[in-house]
Amino acid sequence: MSRRPSFAISTFATAALALAVSGGHALAQKKYDTGATDTEIKIGNIVPYSGPASAYGVVGKAMGAVFQRVNDAGGINGRKVNFISYDDAYSPPKAVEQVRKLVESDEVLLTFGVLGTPSNSAIQKYLNAKKVPQLFLATGATKWDDPKHFPWTMGWLPSYQAEGNIYAKYLLKDHPGKKIAILYQNDDFGKDYLKGIKDGLGDKASNIVIEESYELSEPTIDTHIVKMKAQNPDVMVYFTTPKFGAQALKKVGELAWKPVQIIANVSASTATVMKPAGFENAQGVISAAYAKDASDPQWKDDAGMKDFDSLLAKYLPDTNRVDSSAMTGYNMALTMVALLKNCGDDLTRANVMKQAANLKDLEIAGLLPGIKINTSPTDFAPISQLQLMRFDNGRWQLFGDVISSDGGK
Amino acid sequence: MSTIQESAAETQAATVDAPPKKAMGLGRTASWVMLIAFLILPLLVKNFVIFQVTMVLIYGIAVLALNILTGGSGQFSLGQSAFYAIGAYAAAILIEHGGVNYALTLPAAGIICFIVGFLFGFPALRLSGIYLALATYAFAVAMPQLLKLGVIEHWTGGVQGLVVTKPDAPFGLPMSQDMWLYYFTLAVSIAIYLASVNLLKSRSGRAMMAIRDNEIAASAMGVDLSIYKTLAFGVSAGITGVAGALGAIAVQFVAPDSYTFTLAIALFLGMVVGGVGWLPGSLAGAAFIVFVPNIAEGISKGLSGAFFGVLLFAVIYLVPHGARQAAIYAETLFNKLRRS
Repeated sequence: MSRRPSFAISTFATAALALAVSGGHALAQKKYDTGATDTEIKIGNIVPYSGPASAYGVVGKAMGAVFQRVNDAGGINGRKVNFISYDDAYSPPKAVEQVRKLVESDEVLLTFGVLGTPSNSAIQKYLNAKKVPQLFLATGATKWDDPKHFPWTMGWLPSYQAEGNIYAKYLLKDHPGKKIAILYQNDDFGKDYLKGIKDGLGDKASNIVIEESYELSEPTIDTHIVKMKAQNPDVMVYFTTPKFGAQALKKVGELAWKPVQIIANVSASTATVMKPAGFENAQGVISAAYAKDASDPQWKDDAGMKDFDSLLAKYLPDTNRVDSSAMTGYNMALTMVALLKNCGDDLTRANVMKQAANLKDLEIAGLLPGIKINTSPTDFAPISQLQLMRFDNGRWQLFGDVISSDGGK
Repeated sequence: MSTIQESAAETQAATVDAPPKKAMGLGRTASWVMLIAFLILPLLVKNFVIFQVTMVLIYGIAVLALNILTGGSGQFSLGQSAFYAIGAYAAAILIEHGGVNYALTLPAAGIICFIVGFLFGFPALRLSGIYLALATYAFAVAMPQLLKLGVIEHWTGGVQGLVVTKPDAPFGLPMSQDMWLYYFTLAVSIAIYLASVNLLKSRSGRAMMAIRDNEIAASAMGVDLSIYKTLAFGVSAGITGVAGALGAIAVQFVAPDSYTFTLAIALFLGMVVGGVGWLPGSLAGAAFIVFVPNIAEGISKGLSGAFFGVLLFAVIYLVPHGARQAAIYAETLFNKLRRS
């Protein structure tokens, strides 16, 4: 038994050596794995186009538009991008089925921008076992930055922990010694934020007088707000999803109470949170951002925003431009285009990961000025900077410098 | 009883002339053809398709379990996703925390779900028709949140869920994990199918069907209503639990979001499409819930839900009694051809 494999290995080694000697420079020119050819690069994507989270379907549509435009302009290094996007209805078992279809039936080079923490958790082990890159995920969970255990997985969004960490920095600097109350959603999303802010506060975490959690299924969180007010905090922090963010701001306004208020970036939408809460209630609220807000007039003449608008006008005329999901998809797809350009003619899965872990000061049209994408073999968190902003007279005003999170993990 | 049940009973009278015993199963020739098709299928297709068909078999078991409950004993449940979740978590926890062999987790999941289902069956005695459906609905809605509870998070992994290791083929058999899991699932499916057909043919099965057709008449004939109703609930839950355990092993991941109320509706849909009370139809129903959303998505991404609705409408309008009606039609056609 033992002779056979070694014979096979030696034959293979000889053949490989012969190949390397004879065709050395041919190999250096073009290298392909499944899913890449001289004319095409196949990339797979899964986004909920139906089901409870179908509003996020816009992310996939915006990505498709970017690749369409790239193809119309001749593709990347002469190759057209074949963007295959499937629906998982935000269901993990369906995501597993779809990712297997992408890898085994469509034979994509890599998967890109799969949306949602549960779906990505479900497919992470499979993709890493198959050594297929799972790149630029549309989820803010912190666990994607784990190159040691999952060398084929890389997130994209600034993690919730990183964002929580940045709020802690702000509080320590501008509101030291104030009593802090935190409302968070009782799931990994809320808990990641909570961990981020507590890590950031360090030994000052004792300033937190109450950590109140709510369930996603609760119809209203009024009682939680009342309970928190009873502790007399100076600062209210909301790690909530949009509906609850609006409820919290509104309730605090109704109580005629004026604490310092911080709301998670996820719930910072002018259209879906601030407006329903009432602009007078949202006045002075603080949040953080990494991308440009399409509804903000300050970007009216910005080159990046103009590019975004021309893309939507030509390829997605029905899409609401202020929907932040469109901006997210746009930015992610631009990152992928930049990565594929960097890969050159070496379109192997290994090289894709190598290049993905070697992005240096990459600036993307829809990100805030000063926010740069940086990765390294030990840092799989492309965006870890945010800028603080304050809600003022119906719109967000950025203030201060771009802040880097130091507690991203 | 509720109108839905009456119409289900009428359906049988209207479309099936054969006695109920035979109506529960599939003809001998058809059974062999199906079996051979399932046995050679994995040799012809890609691993990905094998995985899909494995999922069809697994959902098929779950639909069959609902069919025993609704088609057999006439009780409604919109809570099957909860039992499926319990089975899946039981398997995942036993494999990942307990180091138990995956094959042994199936009976364990089945027994746990049988007990839960049997206990849940007691309220079923007081509720009937749509009220029972609502009670089970509540159970299905509560389940994903119960799984997130902090107290048991150490075991369940909370919202993050648990990743399950996929088993290799035993005895060094030269087949992929997917193929092995397929044959394993197929064997379990066949065993459960045969057991279910026999159950419904047995004395207990007749008692359940008597309850379905007329509770008062059944009790007058000496059928113990409470025992048989809770038994039907328990058996159905137990089988659903086995399906859940298989599902967890095949998908390699359990999370509360996998077992929402949508799953319960999907299983209910599978039962109706397959034909209420006709066990082989469960497989057709499962195929419907796995493949038709993909077809709908292929037609239009933005309107996949609407197209799914249209396709469902088409099925209900053209074959209101589900796959069973199609099967009967095919059978008559086949017999005609043979005679001529």
